[in-house]
Amino acid sequence: MTVALGAPLDQILALLCAWVAIGAVGLVRPASLKIAGRTLFPLGAVCGVAIAAIAAIAATHLSQLPERLELPIGLPALPMHLRLDALSATFLVLLGAASAGISLFGAGYFRVGQGTPPGLLCFEYHLFLASMGFVLLADDAYSFMVAWETMALSSYFLVTSQHRIGEIRRAGFLYLLIAHLGALAILLCFGVLQGGSWRFTFDAMRAAHLSAGWAAAAFLLALAGFGTKAGLVPLHVWLPEAHPAAPSPVSALMSGVMLKIAIYGMLRVAFDLLHGLPGWWGLVPVGLGLFSALYGIVFAAAQTDMKRLLAYSSIENVGILFTGLGLAMVFRGAAMPTVAALALIAVLYHALNHAFMKSLLFLGTGSVLHSTGERNLGRLGGLIHRMPWVAWLTLVGALAIAGLPPLNGFVSEWLLLQAFLHANEVPYPFVDMLLPLGAGMVALVGALAGYVMVKFYGVVFLGQPREPSLARAHDAGRTERAGLAWLALGCVALGLLPATIVPALGAVASSLGVGALPARGGPWWMLAPLGPQSISYAPPIFAGTVIAGVLLTVLVVRLAYRRPVRRAPPWACGAGPLTGRTQDTAEGFGQPIRHFFTPWFAMRRHLPTPFDTAPRYSVEIGDRIWRALYEPLAGWVDRGAAACAVFQRGRISTYLLYALATLCLLLALVI
Amino acid sequence: MRPIDWLTQVLEVVAALAVAPLFQGWVNQCRAWLQNRRAPPLWQVYRGIRKLFHKDAVIATNASPLFRVAPYVVFATMLTAAAVIPSMGTRLPFSPAADAIALVGLFATARMFLALAAMDVGTPFGTLGARREMMVGFLAEPALLMVIFVAALISSTTALPSISERLATGPLVLSPSLAFTGVAFTMVLLAENGRLPIDNPATHLELTMIHEAMLLEYSARHLALMEFASALKLMNYACIGFALFVPWGSATGAAGPFALAAAIPALAVKLLVAGAALALIETASAKLRVFRAPEFLATAFLFAVLGMLVHLLLGA
Repeated sequence: MTVALGAPLDQILALLCAWVAIGAVGLVRPASLKIAGRTLFPLGAVCGVAIAAIAAIAATHLSQLPERLELPIGLPALPMHLRLDALSATFLVLLGAASAGISLFGAGYFRVGQGTPPGLLCFEYHLFLASMGFVLLADDAYSFMVAWETMALSSYFLVTSQHRIGEIRRAGFLYLLIAHLGALAILLCFGVLQGGSWRFTFDAMRAAHLSAGWAAAAFLLALAGFGTKAGLVPLHVWLPEAHPAAPSPVSALMSGVMLKIAIYGMLRVAFDLLHGLPGWWGLVPVGLGLFSALYGIVFAAAQTDMKRLLAYSSIENVGILFTGLGLAMVFRGAAMPTVAALALIAVLYHALNHAFMKSLLFLGTGSVLHSTGERNLGRLGGLIHRMPWVAWLTLVGALAIAGLPPLNGFVSEWLLLQAFLHANEVPYPFVDMLLPLGAGMVALVGALAGYVMVKFYGVVFLGQPREPSLARAHDAGRTERAGLAWLALGCVALGLLPATIVPALGAVASSLGVGALPARGGPWWMLAPLGPQSISYAPPIFAGTVIAGVLLTVLVVRLAYRRPVRRAPPWACGAGPLTGRTQDTAEGFGQPIRHFFTPWFAMRRHLPTPFDTAPRYSVEIGDRIWRALYEPLAGWVDRGAAACAVFQRGRISTYLLYALATLCLLLALVI
Repeated sequence: MRPIDWLTQVLEVVAALAVAPLFQGWVNQCRAWLQNRRAPPLWQVYRGIRKLFHKDAVIATNASPLFRVAPYVVFATMLTAAAVIPSMGTRLPFSPAADAIALVGLFATARMFLALAAMDVGTPFGTLGARREMMVGFLAEPALLMVIFVAALISSTTALPSISERLATGPLVLSPSLAFTGVAFTMVLLAENGRLPIDNPATHLELTMIHEAMLLEYSARHLALMEFASALKLMNYACIGFALFVPWGSATGAAGPFALAAAIPALAVKLLVAGAALALIETASAKLRVFRAPEFLATAFLFAVLGMLVHLLLGA
């Protein structure tokens, strides 16, 4: 079959080009919603499914990988190198499968209105998708950076599609600025990685031998560059601004998929390109990751805008991904290959999980936003009655991201915790004592994620509507439902079938030389990563037992006690009828967390006194890192620019004088 | 798996179902005696549940299907948890399907459904209760996990029956790490089951209540299932405690029917002692302000962390 249709890499390349072509067709009639919505976005979804399928098949036929291709375009001395290996195939599955659901949703989502016309949006969207695919395939620094920058620029235009709103323009500018700082760090990282050979193919970097100092420099530059894109604290400030500003499918794509591309880059550098780095450098991402995870989830608990809440939750998940990545590095350095593989598998699994659950949640907020026009949690509520499809499908995502079994979030948390429980065996003093405590931190973050999801789901979908206008809310359209259902199905499948997915991810770990899991012994429903006799988790049986328990209870209760059910107004403690305003608000729900983590927030609060005739209560939550780090930085840049402005006189004679002076200086230097 | 292992498994679930309300009744009796009151009969909890099953269910007009599903989900998760916890024997056929982390996940699932159902009607008490329940949960859950991790590090597995078996068959020493985690576990047990000093199980309408606030809108069979589930939860927590800290007496390894027969009275004795101890703790402590609850739980978490550090330092 592969002979007739070409190699998997060729097929994927063709499909990526098809994405670009689909986008280009949108440009033919940019104002037409019909072409973009009814035809192009569903076609893009089909391409996504095809890419995921081909990459998945390629990833299971490891003997044919890695597969290379050289295209005669690019720089004269550096043609475009492409390569498909197990790692990139895994992330292509993620890109294709998650984007399929998002594209399907997007088919029904985008409307003609203010901002970017749908055809142009379609072009930017598909260019964004294709550029992410090219990042995954790139095998030299030049094509990687070109694809990376295309990704940044296309997503910038997508973020600012509502460019008439000043706030969104500002968010987009911040994103562009910080994305380029990150890109600069990645460029420098590649500069270090070539190790004096001045050849910028990834093969040359794999072969290069770096001294320990240069290896550390390359690693830190990669951490800064990819950490910026992924939203690692303290480089996260753009994320809660830019992700909510974008239209919801784009937010889903950025949070669900683009952050994973950054993780891919980090994995590629840390486990493939970079050699000779002592394993304990992994403690840096572990520390930063744990801090990011806690920071992200604590701030998520305090948010009142549903999309900002999800954006902060993405920071938490990125933190968990970096924690696992660092853990895998530490274990690899400590010659514990099995556990290193386990940690790496946890990272890959969590990346896949997060792509599905976060996209699902962002799309759910998109449906809510469309039907109510509200992003503020304080003006939502009770939508489960008006939008049952969106509500129930979003519930799957909320339960999954809270890490509840038998859904997918639990599987990766379980894998990561199992890896953490071996951290006391690493041969470094002190580290072997402190590292296992990270498991407690992961548990704390997981429990807080549950808190945040109860707040998010309970305030948006449950309770009574907080505004009368919510009575007019309507459920999502058919294609939107299909997109949501696809992602929810992904969450369930990833939750129930880890025993078939984990060995496939284990092949990625062994192809990177990190380590291998013991040969698989258990049946398809039993996840036993460290061998059949050790720890195990069997989600199908587990889920089956819980569901059977529910059904049995229903049956027994129904058979034994057939009493009727009456409807009555809720009990109001004898006071007047309960309205939407008598229930807890989003601020109120986050209050215990604000109370417990008070020093973390830069809080500005106004409390009414008993004598106020018109009492108002307000609280404003700020990010301390923004005030402590970025505002002074911006001030210095401003002052520096002002100092340079002295030279900018605006008179041609002055500039000619500068030119003459420079020329004289250079002549003096040369002679 | 031998037939006797299946028998143990079935017996554990049936025993949990049958004994859980009695255990709660026993705790109530002990509390009454300690407070110089006349004690209700042992089967009073059963009577309450039976009475509720025979009533017409009243549901709020704006309750969604989630509200009606939640009691069944909560009950089923507690029943599944009872199947995971080794209360009589450690060779459980179900144990490979779920380890201790999955068990904590089960409790989290029940908590989340309970909180979501409480928010569903949109009454002030319901949302208040849900918020407080999640506040208790976000510190109690990691503390419980840390307790389990310490035991897992000692026995190098996270499967609860294996942990219990290794602790039971190991040398009889007082390990300092288990002492610390025992304190942490007791605090978590009090908080998670709505006992004093975090929540008062005897109150039904009070501004500081947590668990009862979430159940205010439930009636009849739904309320009965919720009450039954909370009795099961208390029983499950007690059995986790036995499995980790007093694992002796249950049928370990390839034990025969006699060991299983001996495990039944052993469990009964443990439950009697634990119930009395719980009543004593509750009688001796006053209820904390709601905002002191996080401090209480943070202390529990720190004790568990301390237990882990002690284990890593001393290897014991």
